[in-house]
Amino acid sequence: MTNKAMSTLLLASTILASVGLANAQDATLTIESWRNDDLEIWQSKIIPAFEAKHPGIKVKFTPSAPAEYNGVLNSKLDAGSAGDLITCRPFDASLALYEAGHLAPVTDLEGMKNFSSVAKSGWSTDDGSVQFCVPMASVIHGFIYNKDAFDELGLSVPATEAELFAALDKIKADGNYIPMAMGTNDQWEAATMGYQNIGPNYWKGEEGRLALISGEHKLTDEVWTKPYETLARWKDYLGDGFEAQTYPDSQNMFTLGRAAVYPAGSWEISGFNNLADFKMGAFPPPVPNAGDECYISDHTDIAIGMNAKTENAEAAKTFLNWVGSEEFASLYANALPGFFSLSDHTIAMDDPLAQEFVSWRGKCNSTIRSTYQILSRGTPNLENETWNASANVIRGSESPADAGKRLQDGLASWYAPHQ
Amino acid sequence: MSTTGISKRRVRWHIAIFLAPAVLVYTAIMIIPLFGTLQLSLFREIDQKQIFVGLENFRTLLGDPRWSETFWNALGNNSWFFVIHMLVQNPLGILFAALLSSPRLRFSAFYRTAIFVPTILSFVIVGFAWKLILSPLWGIAPNMLDAVGLKSLFAPWLGKPEYALTTLGLISVWQFIGIPMMLIYAALLSIPDEVLEAAECDGITGMQQFWKIKLPLILPSIGIISILTFVGNFNAFDLIYTTQGALAGPNYATDILGTFLYRTFFGFQLQLGDPNMGSAIASLMFLIILAGVSIYLFGIQTRLRRYQF
Repeated sequence: MTNKAMSTLLLASTILASVGLANAQDATLTIESWRNDDLEIWQSKIIPAFEAKHPGIKVKFTPSAPAEYNGVLNSKLDAGSAGDLITCRPFDASLALYEAGHLAPVTDLEGMKNFSSVAKSGWSTDDGSVQFCVPMASVIHGFIYNKDAFDELGLSVPATEAELFAALDKIKADGNYIPMAMGTNDQWEAATMGYQNIGPNYWKGEEGRLALISGEHKLTDEVWTKPYETLARWKDYLGDGFEAQTYPDSQNMFTLGRAAVYPAGSWEISGFNNLADFKMGAFPPPVPNAGDECYISDHTDIAIGMNAKTENAEAAKTFLNWVGSEEFASLYANALPGFFSLSDHTIAMDDPLAQEFVSWRGKCNSTIRSTYQILSRGTPNLENETWNASANVIRGSESPADAGKRLQDGLASWYAPHQ
Repeated sequence: MSTTGISKRRVRWHIAIFLAPAVLVYTAIMIIPLFGTLQLSLFREIDQKQIFVGLENFRTLLGDPRWSETFWNALGNNSWFFVIHMLVQNPLGILFAALLSSPRLRFSAFYRTAIFVPTILSFVIVGFAWKLILSPLWGIAPNMLDAVGLKSLFAPWLGKPEYALTTLGLISVWQFIGIPMMLIYAALLSIPDEVLEAAECDGITGMQQFWKIKLPLILPSIGIISILTFVGNFNAFDLIYTTQGALAGPNYATDILGTFLYRTFFGFQLQLGDPNMGSAIASLMFLIILAGVSIYLFGIQTRLRRYQF
């Protein structure tokens, strides 16, 4: 059924796309993306800014649903009906597209000069010699809290884990607010806003991430299972029936003012600004012991590349160069507070919450999510297994040590450095 | 269609011509994709090329401890999903049909419609509505239980590994109970009055009449319903996907063959799609359903006694 519906959809979009091409006299660039939330911003801000500077090039933003994006995009590329510009997921999903010849290399583009090697790491070949997408933005993990609730209860922003749990205890004892808004139903919240949020403080960011890739660290090591032990303690502070609480439930719970702390990713900022009618603040993941160096997950999340089979290669290159420019970085970062530019330009941002998030780059060490590079190449998929393990640990149905062992066995079953 | 007496006859082209449209359409959209899937399952992508590997994919699926664990888990869950339908949906369907066909029941048209309506709703609506009803945060289920003092019985059913699949099974029963009810209802209505009157003359009435006269007469319909339920359940996907997502949480407790196939074929999050392994799963699903249907057709249906009036 799904298969049939999908191919009909593809056929329809192919026909529509070709009609569009036939009518246009200028070069028309079509952008494939999973950010359907951003459609309005692209159409009203980003595209007009580009078209004003580059007459003769028209741009169309045609997003699909996030969960289906990878599947839809792969089918479109195989069928030759994909758009000229392709929004790139970080790491292996895009690397596979490059290796299959669907993405053109962009290493030599003028605009690529404005990015550091860390920024480019998400869209480089393993040896770092070729880049195939122009980085657009990263997202930072941390906790967003209800400032009014904190003031009401006389709480200060926690800097260490002990302080965080003390604050949560106080909120729980008061009883007016649910201490923390998170559920395990969708699983990825537990892994992404839980494990990958607090974990870098334990495995020391890049140091631990690279050691895991090289095989020096095992997932059964203390630095990798300790975050699970902390997650297991969160259980007592979540709302009633958190087992069936979904991601939108958690978002609503927090923005309606029913919960005090929300383990977050910075992409929530623009949505929360529109919904919440209380003051919000943010704090980075608290360190285990006072005085520890802090680490944050500053995850390279989104980039844009060029379809290798595009008929408008020159126009597409023009667009990609513009993505590397300061103008784009500033437009994007301010239109979508919470998606932080990866370029070296200094960007002024207006949103206070976004400023707070980005200020942590100055005082903490940045890293990316541990499971994204290389380690999720095989079956079982480490990222998906981490979702499952984090949700299990929070629910209390698997012990942190067992979860670590299961993940390690799964990784060792296909990844040579761990065998 | 007697063949006696005519030894030579002209080729009857019109039969082929009348069959052609259906055969062509059916071949194009069902048979070719089916064989395409079977073929795809015998290949594997190595260095961007499709290489013939024989039954290697099936060996991985059933032999590799990780793949096979997921597969048997999905098959086991799927079987439980089917058992729930057979134990709850079909007996209740028969019961409702029997009640509806009772001439003394008032408002039977209303009941009939009310019970049948969920069947025509989309899976997405059903999944979403039930998710909201059962939501521990905004749902009406906890409040309703609270109102009768049974709040302690409430649990976040969809989030608990031990209840989630059964809950989804019952939601699916709620949605589809109208189909067995309607089929049985039609079968009950087609029983001639003379048979029932003759039974009454012999002193068989009420419950006894149902068990001894009506039930044997509707057995063929029950058989058809069972096989439809079997095929439907082993092809199921939509309800689980809309309520629990492709990872079929919690902890794969609601993973059935359909969601396992989807995850493998199209990929999920960082996991890239693997059309070859996906096709291997699809082929096994096809074989399982084929086996089930064959057992029914040759083992059971031929032994069912039919009555003609």
